[in-house]
Amino acid sequence: MKTESVLEKVFATGELAVTGECGPPRGALPDVVKNKAAMLKGYVDAVNVTDNQTAMVRMSSFAASVFLRQMDLHPVFQMVTRDRNRLAMQSDILGAYSHGINTMLCLSGDHTQFGDHAMAANVHDLDSVQLIQTVRGMRDEGRFQGGAEIKNPPKMFIGAAANPFADPFELRVARLAKKVKAGVDFIQTQCIYNIDKFETWMEGVCKRGLHEEVYIMAGITPMKSAGMARYMKKKVPGMDVPDELVKRMEGVPKEKQAQEGIDICVESIERLREVEGVSGFHIMAIEWEEKVPEIVQRAGLYPRPQV
Amino acid sequence: MITAERKPMDEIMESIDGCGRILLVGCNECVTVCAAGGRKEVALLASALQMASMKKGRALDVREMTLERQCDPEYVEELAPHIGQVDAVLSMACGCGVQEIARRFKTTRVFPALNTTFMGASEGPGIWAERCQGCGDCLLGLTGGICPIARCAKRLMNGPCGGSGNGKCEISDDVDCAWHLIWERMKELGIEDRYEDVISAKDWRTGRGGGPRRIVREDLK
Repeated sequence: MKTESVLEKVFATGELAVTGECGPPRGALPDVVKNKAAMLKGYVDAVNVTDNQTAMVRMSSFAASVFLRQMDLHPVFQMVTRDRNRLAMQSDILGAYSHGINTMLCLSGDHTQFGDHAMAANVHDLDSVQLIQTVRGMRDEGRFQGGAEIKNPPKMFIGAAANPFADPFELRVARLAKKVKAGVDFIQTQCIYNIDKFETWMEGVCKRGLHEEVYIMAGITPMKSAGMARYMKKKVPGMDVPDELVKRMEGVPKEKQAQEGIDICVESIERLREVEGVSGFHIMAIEWEEKVPEIVQRAGLYPRPQV
Repeated sequence: MITAERKPMDEIMESIDGCGRILLVGCNECVTVCAAGGRKEVALLASALQMASMKKGRALDVREMTLERQCDPEYVEELAPHIGQVDAVLSMACGCGVQEIARRFKTTRVFPALNTTFMGASEGPGIWAERCQGCGDCLLGLTGGICPIARCAKRLMNGPCGGSGNGKCEISDDVDCAWHLIWERMKELGIEDRYEDVISAKDWRTGRGGGPRRIVREDLK
């Protein structure tokens, strides 16, 4: 084992791992974080805590992750390279680890244009691959990115994202290979709606044996309504929502669409768990955390292993 | 070249408010090529300024000059005989030219008439696009001759983000995804296996991270 991460331990058991997501609030009170976390407790192995997602200012991922630790949950501390330079990121990694946060996700982040501070400077001192390299160097070599030795280095279990649906498609396996080369331990994918395309990507991944070098978690987001399906299809960059899925959501009465979304989600997990190389599920129930227990139970992912 | 665009007329008028005599100075280099601050644009702006002043019931004396290179002390010196006769200089050069005038003529106010934008190339009549951010440590040899620092919205050095679609950047359909271009170029060159070479964290000291930069060439001093 490289780390003390519970997520790493679950992967090591060979069982499918499950992560959830907690988006911190756009305000200074801890209640929202605690309430969301409480809904997930016992149903997931770890909880991603997003970092200014969609480029909107929110409570810091670090602070919200500490609340989760206090509740004996295991945060996946997300970090985007958009908002901070390598000094700030490494100091947050030291700080997070000192609070018992030992699992993180390295991302470049949505462009500032999509958020409420479009006028802000993009930092991007490092990119996501270089952040992976940095965190691995801190852990395995005990050195900061700048080369100096770290006294008591942080041992982070290192995650990153992959989007099999972005273009150019043929590059996406190579992009994963590059993250593996940089030292990533686990991957959480973009929300999967086009399962055929995901399977094609996974075939390429397995052909190169990458699934044996990195744990791949399939990303799942239940849709609340036909409107959300249409929005995801048209407005969210890098999202691939097939027409038949939008039609299926539109085909049921409005008051039953949420349940249909959950059904689709469970069916997706049932199909995806059979795909070679899938090591778990990352369930991103955005502002719908209360549905995670139902999804996890119905998909046969409950109870969670005790590690 | 260094590209630039003219500032809005109101902003220019506001900057020279209270001035009766203006020396309007163009530049024959980059800003001439990108049609922002050459002799022609100097003449057009001079007329526009006089008309705008007349509308406000004020007289404005605009003297026009266009230097060979406004970033070069040798040419800026040509302004010396005229400086004492004006209230301010309005420069139609890039920021380098504006600052060279300010440095040479310490008691004369100088205002920019242009917004200096980027180092770029022409993509067709009336279109210029950013190509270089002058990072001081060129990596074009690793990226098929396409710069991800200047042309990727997140200056990613190791491949496209998850927002790339149909060859376009997530920020706009008018912006090509730099990494899509790099990948296509690598394929054309038959070097796509090179894509998986990780480009490590960049040393920004050669760029703006090291503070204002200078080049000193002993052989030319």
